[in-house]
Amino acid sequence: MLPLDIAFWVMAAVGVATALAVVMEKDIFRAALFLVVSFLVVAGIFVLLNAEFLAMVQVLVYVGAISILIIFAIMLTRNAHEGNPFNSFQLPALVLSTMMLAAIAFVAVNTEWHDWDQLGLQVLPGDSGEVFSATEQGIKNVFGNTTQVIARLLMRDFVLPMEAASVVLLAAVIGALALVRENEGEA
Amino acid sequence: MSALETLLLVLAIFGVLTGLSVIVLSLIWLERKFLGRMQMRMGPMHVGPFGLLQPVADAVKLMAKEDLLSSLVDRVVYWVAPLAVFVPTFMIWVTIPVARDLVIRNLDMGLFYIIAFSVLSIVGLVTAGWASSNKYAVLGGFRAAAQLVSYEIPLILAVLGVAMLAQSMNLEEVVNSQSTVVYALVQPLGLVIFFIAGLAELGRTPFDIHPAESEVVGGPFVEYSGAHWAVFFLAEYINTFAIAALTVLLFLGGWLFPGISGDVSALGVLVFLVKTYLVILVVFWIRGTYPRLRIDQLMSLGWKVLVPLALVNVVITASYMFYGWSAWSLSLMSLAILGAAIWGLSKRMRTAPTPEYTVKLYVPAPEASNAG
Repeated sequence: MLPLDIAFWVMAAVGVATALAVVMEKDIFRAALFLVVSFLVVAGIFVLLNAEFLAMVQVLVYVGAISILIIFAIMLTRNAHEGNPFNSFQLPALVLSTMMLAAIAFVAVNTEWHDWDQLGLQVLPGDSGEVFSATEQGIKNVFGNTTQVIARLLMRDFVLPMEAASVVLLAAVIGALALVRENEGEA
Repeated sequence: MSALETLLLVLAIFGVLTGLSVIVLSLIWLERKFLGRMQMRMGPMHVGPFGLLQPVADAVKLMAKEDLLSSLVDRVVYWVAPLAVFVPTFMIWVTIPVARDLVIRNLDMGLFYIIAFSVLSIVGLVTAGWASSNKYAVLGGFRAAAQLVSYEIPLILAVLGVAMLAQSMNLEEVVNSQSTVVYALVQPLGLVIFFIAGLAELGRTPFDIHPAESEVVGGPFVEYSGAHWAVFFLAEYINTFAIAALTVLLFLGGWLFPGISGDVSALGVLVFLVKTYLVILVVFWIRGTYPRLRIDQLMSLGWKVLVPLALVNVVITASYMFYGWSAWSLSLMSLAILGAAIWGLSKRMRTAPTPEYTVKLYVPAPEASNAG
């Protein structure tokens, strides 16, 4: 087994375990912390896929911003100590997550994955050092610098959807401000 | 990775950890001496020559202290919190170079990595506040989350300006691209924004809103004692050093100095350390000079002043890059906007009346009115 494989299986196991813990944990604050670990593991898996830019975005946005907001909301919740309530949506949730799993499996099976040979790799058994560097080089040959590729896609090919997304976000920010703004007459 | 490379990596990590500990001890001594001199005191005097061994004695005392534990705390989360603060502060040192080629891993996305991981310690602070089961700790956690998330944005935008100028997020390339002019001269506005936002991220005076002793009696750290409190303390000083080091690398030319060849590693490290310690002295100087901001002043400075200024900085940098203007035009624009901002702010601060606040207390409505 290569070190990268070991890293992948450890991360996959931790990721699934923490994702389960988010749902099962009674204490919602602990559930939020498990969510943080789960996000971090996903970032680790992105690194294994040589998608460093995506991994950093994952850490910055999901771990650094979204989970903080979730924790913030939990701290503002009254009776947060009463724990994670269970409701009657278990069956719909099961159906939904099964459909999600099916969709991901369908995509994974039907995607034409780049073969090791296509990446110009020579897997040398027994010498893990060669494999690691060859993987990096091979993937760089095919995809180039991921940051530049993503930047080119976002800023050239998909610039309109990206700008539309930023307008939507701006509208959300203004809406939030309008909601929390104190009424002049009351104050 | 071969066995030798792995061994070297492990050695490098231990070396960085040891080096950081020594630096933290030196910073504690320096801060106490420097603040003492500014307040016409002597600072530590008696343990070792010039009180040099005082931080060591303090560290031993902290380790020997009893670890008190409130019976209400959520134990696992309570012990995880100091780690969640400390580990990210250490992890960012993986890619901070102290001289040419003297770095554990020179990542192509070094700047992005540092920003992403430095943000992680907010989770630890909020967790510490929550797990302590203490109202002051929870309030401190709230304050930490609000402050650090707000000041992250101008910090990232200021770093973005540098990344645009250097056309790279690799810290070594950022330093090398400053071989003719340091970015402090090209982008004075960016430097000021980065430094203020960095101070706020550290939570040091005048931005010590979350540990404010006179308001929330130590904030998230109020229940921690002994070695666990020391971990937070250690993280704070490592972060101070990191922000100073980043200021040096991004804006002050890192290990480059006119007349000194950066090829000699030892000399490069020396130049880098001297610059970093000078920046840290400015941090201590500010601590000794300014009182703590009110929380509303802190938030309005972040959102109404620093974020717009940082956006303006990005816009002028982008137009400079796009139209290929000469470098001095960017520094003139940057300087003009900085001057205008300082003038406007100081004028507003002198003339604006202190706002009056009405505090609404939550009073449960009487039963009779509920029935009606």
